[in-house]
Amino acid sequence: MAFRRALKRLLQEIPNQGSRCYSTEARQMVTMIPGDGIGPEISQSVKDIFSAAGAPVDWEDVDVTPVKGPDGNFRLPPKIFDSMDRTKVGLKGPLATPIGKGHQSLNLALRKAFNLYANVRPCKSIEGYKTPYNDVDLVTIRENTEGEYSGIEHVIVDGVVQSIKKITEEASMRVAEYAFAYARDNNRDTVTAVHKANIMKMTDGLFLKCCRHVAEQNKDIKFKEMYLDTVCLNMVQDPTQFDVLVMPNLYGDILSDLCAGLIGGLGVTPSGNIGQDGAIFESVHGTAPDIAGEDKANPTALLLSAVMMLRYMGLSPYAQRIEMACFDVIREGRVLTGDLGGSSKCSEFTEEICRKVRESE
Amino acid sequence: KMTDGLFLKCCRHVAEQNKDIKFKEMYLDTVCLNMVQDPTQFDVLVMPNLYGDILSDLCAGLIGGLGVTPSGNIGQDGAIFESVHGTAPDIAGEDKANPTALLLSAVMMLRYMGLSPYAQRIEMACFDVIREGRVLTGDLGGSSKCSEFTEEICRKVRESE
Repeated sequence: MAFRRALKRLLQEIPNQGSRCYSTEARQMVTMIPGDGIGPEISQSVKDIFSAAGAPVDWEDVDVTPVKGPDGNFRLPPKIFDSMDRTKVGLKGPLATPIGKGHQSLNLALRKAFNLYANVRPCKSIEGYKTPYNDVDLVTIRENTEGEYSGIEHVIVDGVVQSIKKITEEASMRVAEYAFAYARDNNRDTVTAVHKANIMKMTDGLFLKCCRHVAEQNKDIKFKEMYLDTVCLNMVQDPTQFDVLVMPNLYGDILSDLCAGLIGGLGVTPSGNIGQDGAIFESVHGTAPDIAGEDKANPTALLLSAVMMLRYMGLSPYAQRIEMACFDVIREGRVLTGDLGGSSKCSEFTEEICRKVRESE
Repeated sequence: KMTDGLFLKCCRHVAEQNKDIKFKEMYLDTVCLNMVQDPTQFDVLVMPNLYGDILSDLCAGLIGGLGVTPSGNIGQDGAIFESVHGTAPDIAGEDKANPTALLLSAVMMLRYMGLSPYAQRIEMACFDVIREGRVLTGDLGGSSKCSEFTEEICRKVRESE
């Protein structure tokens, strides 16, 4: 982790003379989980585009199909943990919901193994993909380890159940610090803490207190606080008023999907899970089994997640070029996949982006 | 699984006893995702407290905000209908307010009281005035006074007798 930060600082200090000056930079290995359904196709698209850009990234593909352990239960194959342990960075495609008992949720396992504590979703309106909302440009940062999803539930008496929402200072501080660092690193103006501390005085109150504390130490970034219901009310009326939003787990689950809807849905929304010991970037749409293998898939969500990944890895110039190429293709509207309103194949869309990436060198 | 699971189990149970009405189940995050893309797919939504707090405000936003959204609180021993916007102290006493939210809540109240024909006439008059767009309060894009807006609705209500 320290090496990565040092490398990032080093790369940022090199004057920008184009890609030529990076010809001797170290190649980095990334764990790739292609996933199911359209996963393999869109993963290949990403690899092709990265290749066209000359990004110094090598891929280590891992199949996460559960394997039967000695106890008869299905478990994730150890190689996923081995790989991520070495690379510390992963890119993940959509996974099919497993049927059958005894299966460990991959997302949960990865989150725990690498302490993935912040789920980040940048939501930016895509020119050329019209939705009822324009000029959206916000980021939701969701605390991903505790809160309402602590999984602590119990029966009081028959017909009465309780669920415990656990908020800790440690997790709240951690995600708040990440939010402000993210805002600074990405030239964002304002961090807004989303909460319901008027109702949940202790839990959301603690979360809010931590955000305020971190805000005090980051006075170059503006800080606001807003009730979740007010955020939702305002979000659907004028989403352009929002910038970076940080919030506890459940609110993040809701808001991140709400915001994805504003820009066009899960098919075009990137996502990153940041941890202390690594990060995994992923598309959050489904496996689309109805079009799997037919060269019809849209790789945008996975590609934009991969772009987030490049920035995380300190490879911003490549991120910039790839992102711009992707947006240019969608804006031009000549080569679009079905879901974007066109009739091109996944491979054609991919090739068009590759072409633009090569041109932009 | 337990808490929302119990809620869901109860909903399913009641659905079984009301087969003339269709029943669906949807995850909250999926509802939000779809709501901002195509809210017309939704009809009646029932949910636990916190989700309702969020969704009710989200949906109010879709139709224009709290200034035009009615609300009712139903109890076993009574009911209270209310506007959910603020007190707007900056325009209080200046004959600038928009009574739509409170009026539509009162319309809900009339239906609850079994006085639907009156509810219908008043609601229709209110919607007609807003649709015609000649007499609108400031927040609706016009420059009429509250009393003028009110009188226009009264006029239409009297006409509809």
